[in-house]
Amino acid sequence: MKKTPGISGLIFDEPLLWEKGKAGRRGMSIPASDVPAAELPGELQGKGPDFPDLSEIDVVRHYTRLSQWNYGVDSGMYPLGSCTMKYNPKINEKLAVTPELATAHPMLADDVVQGNLQLMYELQQYLAAITGLPGVSLQPAAGAHGELTGMLIFAAYHRDRQSKRTKILIPDTAHGTNPASAALCGYKPVPIKSGPNGILKVQSIAEAMDEETAGIMITNPNTLGLFETNIREIAEIVHAKGGLVYGDGANMNAVMGVINAASCGVDVMHLNLHKTFSTPHGGGGPGAGPVCVTSELEKYLPVPRAVKDGDSYRLDFDRPSSVGRVHAFHGNFSVLIRAYCYIRTMGAANLKKASQLAVLNAAYIKEKMKGTLQLAYNRPCMHECVFSDALQVEDKITTLDMAKRLIDHGYHPPTIYFPLVVHGAIMIEPTETECKEDIDQFIEAVKLVVQEGRENPDLLRQAPVKAKLRRLDETLAARKPCLCG
Amino acid sequence: MRYLPHTDEEIGAMLEVVGRKSLEELFCSVPEGCRYQGTMDLPAPLNEWSLTDHFGELAEAMQVNHKYQVLIGAGSYQHHIPVTIGALMGRSEFLTAYTPYQPEMAQGTLQGIFEYQTLVARLLGMDVANASMYDGASALAEALLMGLRIEKKKTKVAVSRAIHPHYREVAATYLRPTNYELIELPVDKDGRTDLTGLADIEGLAAVAIQSPNFFGVIEDLTSLGQTIHDSGALFISSFTEPLAYGLLKNPGECGADIVCGEGQSFGMSRSFGGAALGMFACRDQFTRNMPGRLVGETVDLEGKRGFVLTLSTREQHIRREKATSNICSNQGICTLTAAMYMSSLGGSGLRELAKLNYDKAEYFKAQLKKNGAKLAYAAPTFNEFVVEFEKDFQPIYAKLQQKKIVAGLALGKYYPELAGKYLFCVTETTAKKVMDLVAGEVKS
Repeated sequence: MKKTPGISGLIFDEPLLWEKGKAGRRGMSIPASDVPAAELPGELQGKGPDFPDLSEIDVVRHYTRLSQWNYGVDSGMYPLGSCTMKYNPKINEKLAVTPELATAHPMLADDVVQGNLQLMYELQQYLAAITGLPGVSLQPAAGAHGELTGMLIFAAYHRDRQSKRTKILIPDTAHGTNPASAALCGYKPVPIKSGPNGILKVQSIAEAMDEETAGIMITNPNTLGLFETNIREIAEIVHAKGGLVYGDGANMNAVMGVINAASCGVDVMHLNLHKTFSTPHGGGGPGAGPVCVTSELEKYLPVPRAVKDGDSYRLDFDRPSSVGRVHAFHGNFSVLIRAYCYIRTMGAANLKKASQLAVLNAAYIKEKMKGTLQLAYNRPCMHECVFSDALQVEDKITTLDMAKRLIDHGYHPPTIYFPLVVHGAIMIEPTETECKEDIDQFIEAVKLVVQEGRENPDLLRQAPVKAKLRRLDETLAARKPCLCG
Repeated sequence: MRYLPHTDEEIGAMLEVVGRKSLEELFCSVPEGCRYQGTMDLPAPLNEWSLTDHFGELAEAMQVNHKYQVLIGAGSYQHHIPVTIGALMGRSEFLTAYTPYQPEMAQGTLQGIFEYQTLVARLLGMDVANASMYDGASALAEALLMGLRIEKKKTKVAVSRAIHPHYREVAATYLRPTNYELIELPVDKDGRTDLTGLADIEGLAAVAIQSPNFFGVIEDLTSLGQTIHDSGALFISSFTEPLAYGLLKNPGECGADIVCGEGQSFGMSRSFGGAALGMFACRDQFTRNMPGRLVGETVDLEGKRGFVLTLSTREQHIRREKATSNICSNQGICTLTAAMYMSSLGGSGLRELAKLNYDKAEYFKAQLKKNGAKLAYAAPTFNEFVVEFEKDFQPIYAKLQQKKIVAGLALGKYYPELAGKYLFCVTETTAKKVMDLVAGEVKS
């Protein structure tokens, strides 16, 4: 080896898996055979994959070193707007691997898996209580999968009424996946502009809604962190034309125990268990996106669902109006266990308090930072607040530069350039699990970055300088894709 | 509450800064009519120890538990998982990170996914694998939609009836609101897909075959692929047991255009069917039509190798409704788990383990046959196979369950024409004595 692994401090370099190893090494044990060898017809046999052979310590060091290049919620504050990067409790991880529950085969008879079915049934009940929408399916494996399930329900509902609908209203403050989810069900998205104060005008919906429109997908609180105050009036207009209201519940962390989705006029809503209900994001997944619906739409939910008969639980397949299955089995069950643990640990009062503190933290940041960065909309914010880079234009500093410099100061940057309605958006969601000192320290770091930008803008343009790698060339990656080593 | 760090004093100070008198007042923009009336109907909070006790009760309620030998595969397999996986994949640097949107502080996740993509592409014999889909079923649905995107003018896709019944259900769910038609292809007497009627179907964009199929039967992918290509359709190869490719020809070698399947076998517990891992790969020329995230190699300002999410112009935040899919996550930690499993086994280990699984199933087949059971299909199988018995099997099934063995999956619920037949699965975790015990009961 020509190069030593040390870079700086205790961050080690580590090659790709196949740049390591020697043929004949083994990183896990394989039981000795207790049966005779059998013949397989030669024409079916392959050569076996070209994988590197590694020892156990090769593999252990590899993944230990890789983990050290990552930043997680356990490393520090992760104020990524729209993503709800709250603390992921350790007890949830421990209980999620309870052997009796976690080794269960998904196609066993109901009477031998009562523990798992009870957990699913109760979680359905809890999510119904939290949203105010009584019908729940736990199958969708992610938020966007929940959106798709919701749109399948819209399609089934209109099909039952022989009502041909081809369009769907999607505000510019909705989540980015909404248009693609609707398009999968044959709906053409009709973009709706938010009003000058960042929320939807009743008038815009009244003008756009017609009897060829399946309904509206509305994110509330919206992606500007603002509560859609007119949601009830909007829902009335949509319902009057025979449409349905989809509530994207990705931002539920702001309003648990505060709003009732059914009272808001929402017919279908998904929840992101990996946001609001504390399950870890795992660097991209697995998540879970259960869907909650009104009693009228319950018959359309995916099959099967857990139901309770007397003292026992079973899976109910007998739902002829159901949209069908959206997952091979019961969704990301291991994620469901974690969310169940969280709800049982918190209880109603603490969940509400969590929402209140999430909003308090965001409001505090908004107030303390509004002179430093330009506030996009000066309205009461919910769990997140959105700024722009307007005040930095004269220093020729961009949102990206500030974000990258925050890395050098030990923070994961906020969400940037989203929502699209704000130029150079900086979207900050602290969540309730950050304490005041940590938030104060973050605010100081942002102020320091802005000051550095004014005094030495090149410092920001060069950032990050302290991370394992410097700024990465994303254009090169897209122009000459190298997707496989 | 230990997850909520604010003291009353801090809450007071922060409220003062934001100019509110109480926490309730923070929600002044929420109209009265939208508000939650009363308290959410949830059980009282449990501390860590009471919650653990409660889980003890749930665990007790699992009559079939980890001490049982469950001889069912059907898309969810029992394999040994090395303890290193739990130890490493539980590291919170992996677990508590978000999607790697800031690559400079997420190189662990990114290099890990790049390695996963590479190992999956090598396993399946394909050019490119994505960063994963939700599960094998949604991967199949997405593969069919991808086929329809590539073959723009065609409106039909076909799936073999020997594909996992749940996967076919999910594909049907995805396609129902579209104008596309989903056709089911029959199974022949050997348990293999019968393509004789294929040439009569016009406008077929893609045909999906699973191998080993739901009955454990190894399909003759090379010959099926040839027939599918002759009909002018794309060849999609699906799977539920990736371990088989340690021993069998991989789908790429057999001419597949798109390969999709379930990766749970690689280091994940069955976990009641999830979290699962949708593996997805294709040939180079279709990359831009592929759904899902992709990680690519690049360099940083100083020319050092690094990894980023790439080709996002296919994705929904840029393409909106014209995106290749609505999926905007992947199964993150499951991809790293699968890569860690593949690298722990290595090429030689994967082959040895696959052969062991094959040998076990062949032994079990022979023992059952010797004791009077009949194999439903003559074609070669991997891990799983379908059996029928001379007399009613239910009493024996019940007796075996008392001995902590779940003896196969009754197929009548999934294939009415196969009522009375059972699908069995054995892996390296099934000892000879367990197979002998089952065979012995069949005889008596």
